[in-house]
Order: sequence, then C-alpha cells, then structure tokens
Amino acid sequence: MSLSLLIDIASGALLLAGCLLVVSGAVGLLRLPDFYTRTHAGSLTDAAGATLLLLGLLLQADGWQSGVRLVLIMLFLLVTSPTAAHALAQAARRDGERLPAGDDEGRR
Amino acid sequence: MLAAAVIALLVAMALTLVRAFVGPRLYNRLLAINVFGTKTVLFISVVGVLSGRPYIFDIALLYALVNFVSTIAVLRLTHLDELLPSSDEGTAR
Repeated sequence: MSLSLLIDIASGALLLAGCLLVVSGAVGLLRLPDFYTRTHAGSLTDAAGATLLLLGLLLQADGWQSGVRLVLIMLFLLVTSPTAAHALAQAARRDGERLPAGDDEGRR
Repeated sequence: MLAAAVIALLVAMALTLVRAFVGPRLYNRLLAINVFGTKTVLFISVVGVLSGRPYIFDIALLYALVNFVSTIAVLRLTHLDELLPSSDEGTAR
C-alpha cells in the first residue's frame, strides 16, 4: 500500500465522517423540538464536523502554505463556534426563551 | 470524494436555511445563520481544494471571523443592557 493511497483513504474517511456530522447537524437543527436542543445540535456538529472535514482537506492540501491556512481556519472555528453558541444560549436564556415543558425549574 | 463533500454541504446549508426561515423567533434564526456561516466557511474551503485555488482559504478564514463577530454584534444589538459588563449588576435577573 503506497503512502499516497493511504493518504487518500484517510482523507476520504475523514471527509465522509465530516460530511455525515454536518448533515446530521442540519437535520437535527430542523427536527429537534426546542431552541436549546437545536443549539446543542447546531453547534456541536458544527465544531466536530468542521474539524473532521478540514482535517480531511488538510491531507489533500498541496504545499505547506495552504496547509497552514487550513489549520488556522480549523483553530478559529474551534474557538469561535462554541463561544458563539454559548453567547447565543445565554442571551436566549436571559431573554426568557421557554425551556422544554418537562422542565419545572422556575421559568420567567 | 470532494464532490460528495460539496453536495453534503449544500444539503446542510439548504436545511439550515429552512430553519432560518421557519424559526419562531430571533434566536432560532440567529442560530441558523451562525450555523449557515460556518457551513459557508467549509464550503469555500472544499471548493478551494477542489478547484486547486489555495488562495481562497484566506476568504474562508476571514469569513469565519466575520461570522462570529456578526453573531456577537446582533446579540449585543438586542441585549445592550445585559451584555455590557459596566452595567450595574444589582438589577434583578
């Protein structure tokens, strides 16, 4: 098994996993009943799917310049996506976004 | 394989757009737009590798930052009193 074949297989597998996560996140965003569960679905698969996808791309990137750019994109996404999701959920919680009906913790 | 990734990303973006239109109030739409922005970053990166243009990754990098800043800016717009650290914390939460 030559190295390039191995790299192709690895990047294919990573891309496939990333794509599955991305699509499952989008479906979760649509089907989940409540805002907080959607935040969970949206941001979780965002961070993980993006990382896997970009790792798959990294293996196929030719030259270290584009590789560095891809790593930078991955780092920024890893830092900003959870932070944005947290800020969103906190703002929604403060604004009295309804919690799921089953929750009896004091709701405004 | 990259073409499959492009198609998957387009499907995910379409579903996210549906949530953006349907979303009952501000927060579902804001979440959908934030997720859509991240998908755009991924889409640009995949197309960059697919079409052999490595200089496109700078655009994806910038868009990742702009997307984050715009989400926080909209939150700041709708929550001027709460998000300001200098505001008096004594008010009843």
